[in-house]
Amino acid sequence: MVWGASNAPVSDVQPPSFFARIFLAWVAYFRTLFDGEFAAGVVQLREGRGALPAPKEEVVEAPKKKKKPAPVIKEAGPEAALQLLGLLQREGRFVDFIEEDLSGASDEDIGAAARVVHEGCKKALDEHFTIEAIHPDEEGETVTVDEGYDAKSIRLTGNVVGDPPHSGELSHRGWRVGEVRLPKMSEKHDPSIIAPAEVELA
Amino acid sequence: MSDEPSYAVGIDLGTTHCALSYVDLDLSEGESIAQYVLSVPQVTAPGNIESRALLPSFLYLPGATELADGALTLPWDEAPAFGVGEVARGLGAKTPIRVVSSAKSWLCHGAVDRLAPILPPHAPDEVTKISPLQASILYLEHLRDAWDAKHPDAPLDDQDVVITVPASFDPAARELTAEAAREAGLDNIVLLEEPQAALYSWIQGTQSTWRDQVELGDVILVVDVGGGTTDLSLMVVAERDGTLELHRVAVGEHILLGGDNMDLALAVTVRAKIEAEIGKKLDAWQLGALTHACRAAKERLLGDDGVESVPVVVPSRGRKLIGGSIRSELTRAEVEALLVEGFFPEVSSDARPKSRARVALTQLGLPYAQDAGITRHIAAFLARQLGAAADVDGYRGKLPEGATFLHPTAILFNGGVFESSLLERRVTTQINAWLEADGGARARVLDGASLDVAVARGAAYYAYVRRGKGVRIRGGTAQAYYVGVETAMPAVPGMEPPITAICVAPFGIEEGTRCEPAAQELGLVVGEPVSFRFFGSSVRRDDAVGSVLDRWSDGELEELSEIRATLPSEGRTAGDVVPVRLRAGVSAVGVLELEAIPRVGDERWNVELDVRAGGAAGD
Repeated sequence: MVWGASNAPVSDVQPPSFFARIFLAWVAYFRTLFDGEFAAGVVQLREGRGALPAPKEEVVEAPKKKKKPAPVIKEAGPEAALQLLGLLQREGRFVDFIEEDLSGASDEDIGAAARVVHEGCKKALDEHFTIEAIHPDEEGETVTVDEGYDAKSIRLTGNVVGDPPHSGELSHRGWRVGEVRLPKMSEKHDPSIIAPAEVELA
Repeated sequence: MSDEPSYAVGIDLGTTHCALSYVDLDLSEGESIAQYVLSVPQVTAPGNIESRALLPSFLYLPGATELADGALTLPWDEAPAFGVGEVARGLGAKTPIRVVSSAKSWLCHGAVDRLAPILPPHAPDEVTKISPLQASILYLEHLRDAWDAKHPDAPLDDQDVVITVPASFDPAARELTAEAAREAGLDNIVLLEEPQAALYSWIQGTQSTWRDQVELGDVILVVDVGGGTTDLSLMVVAERDGTLELHRVAVGEHILLGGDNMDLALAVTVRAKIEAEIGKKLDAWQLGALTHACRAAKERLLGDDGVESVPVVVPSRGRKLIGGSIRSELTRAEVEALLVEGFFPEVSSDARPKSRARVALTQLGLPYAQDAGITRHIAAFLARQLGAAADVDGYRGKLPEGATFLHPTAILFNGGVFESSLLERRVTTQINAWLEADGGARARVLDGASLDVAVARGAAYYAYVRRGKGVRIRGGTAQAYYVGVETAMPAVPGMEPPITAICVAPFGIEEGTRCEPAAQELGLVVGEPVSFRFFGSSVRRDDAVGSVLDRWSDGELEELSEIRATLPSEGRTAGDVVPVRLRAGVSAVGVLELEAIPRVGDERWNVELDVRAGGAAGD
């Protein structure tokens, strides 16, 4: 890329030695002959305009229109999710249950297993999260959604027209997690192992 | 002691779990108290650290390669040698040979060497065992580290710390608990009996209205059924200088019987049903899982009268949950038959616990109560303590003529077992039936908080009132102590020489006091350890120091661990016999102390409660 340096002020470039110039003339002779782009650059040089063609990328910048700034998309780290899976598996055999093929199993057997899963997962959730209903009223009751309601915690469904206040039937009270108390982990712990293989020694 | 304490701390060093509660002295004034429960960081599963209000009293002794690096890491220790708390309980369920549990019951087991590495009792030789004392030290160290991590400017050693012990702990077990605290770097501790802690917790809960809820002469029976032990105490409401105060007048025997036995009893019953059905035996892990399931089922059945039966499921070990799990159920009838009739049978007030003669070949194990009937233990305790309240100033003696047992006028329940109101009602009904039959008035129930942390909270409250800020329960030692001396008489083949018991410490010595030495002299041999038999009595309240008993009725005196003294041989000829007198006292910590005083000179030799007594027998 010796040629690229020609953008720099001339005074910054040491004149090459005589022998170097012979070599340069030799190379330039053939390149001018066979490389069109190179030849165009030499033409510009001779006309005193200085430079070789600018790198192509700079050309792309030309059409500048106002664009929406890219939204910030949060990326969830895998660790907390793995931890939760580990907790649900440990306390409630969650992964065992979900990974199992239920076809052919009787409802009674599934029910027995579901008790283990339900009891254990409930314990895991209760211990590590404070989960509360968002809406205080009972489901099925008619409720009012006031102006300025928080659309994150209340979702309007069905015939959504007009401005609040709205009146409608509460079909789900919603859930909100207040406090999260996930276990801390030692540095060397690998949370992707949600249940180690167990080998019982006799 | 360089710094003035900022907190009054109570530690419940329990058989199945430990808890720590504390009062912030700067924020507390009089009856307005800022009290908290320490959330104890612990490993809950390998590599996971969580904070819980309770620290399960379990230790896991891992094999060299068993756990990955960092599996036991705690915020204050990169690589602890043992797992403490929840992780130990979890790992121990699948590898029982490496888990230490119920160390506290071993601490009070007079037939074993409590300083020797004997736990876990059935571990193979490869496992490096630990002593019951060491286990207690490790629990206390864990709590200390958890505290210090949270309060770096107010280390636990600088605080006023109260550690609870069962009221029925013998002097040696109390001394060992105090020693565990010293070894854990806590030099500033006081011991408190658990039923007293429960009563303090109740007093605190009444928000200074307790004086309105009891009256002069009330006899409060505290029934404390924890995970592993049943602890009974009697407190009397007395009067001094015009104000009501509380006296602990009697404590029961050490009964290794608690909620865990009940859950196990249920599990064993359901196991029999399951094994008959599937024709296969359940392994230890499955029994553990079944016990767990039964505990949950029991709580539902006892908590809701409408439920007749609750399914219990033992999950499969492998990944196939469906088909691999075993399902059974626990019925109301079973729970009532096993728990209510088994542990709280309806008996008359003259019922006594059965004590089966011990089989000579018993394995080295804990001396579990031979009789599971807690009501029989209560009946025996009340009858034995018939005269317990007579000496208390202000006790007006509510006993009718010819009463056959001490009549409690109020009952305070404590311990997880009484989360179930059914069991609480059963005991109340039973005691009231006795009272009625014996011509007494009905007893009422004091609404206590039978929370898991009630004892720790009561202990912290006591640490606070000890600073002169509230009611104190007066008590002192709940036994009189005697040294046994062989009577000089010609030997009769096949007969042990008779023993005379000399009282060295009367009933009810308070903390920080010393008795006069007994006048009788004992011979100590220079340079050799000399042991004496040692006895305690929870009923002989009037013996003074020096009282001599030639004979006593069955159960009146209970033999304790031996006491032992060694005279250094400096300045004396080895083998010489030096006559000494014994002097007893109770240290500020609340531990019985004995010393030997020679006839001349002002030397004092420490006389130890022998905690290694069982060493030879146990080997």
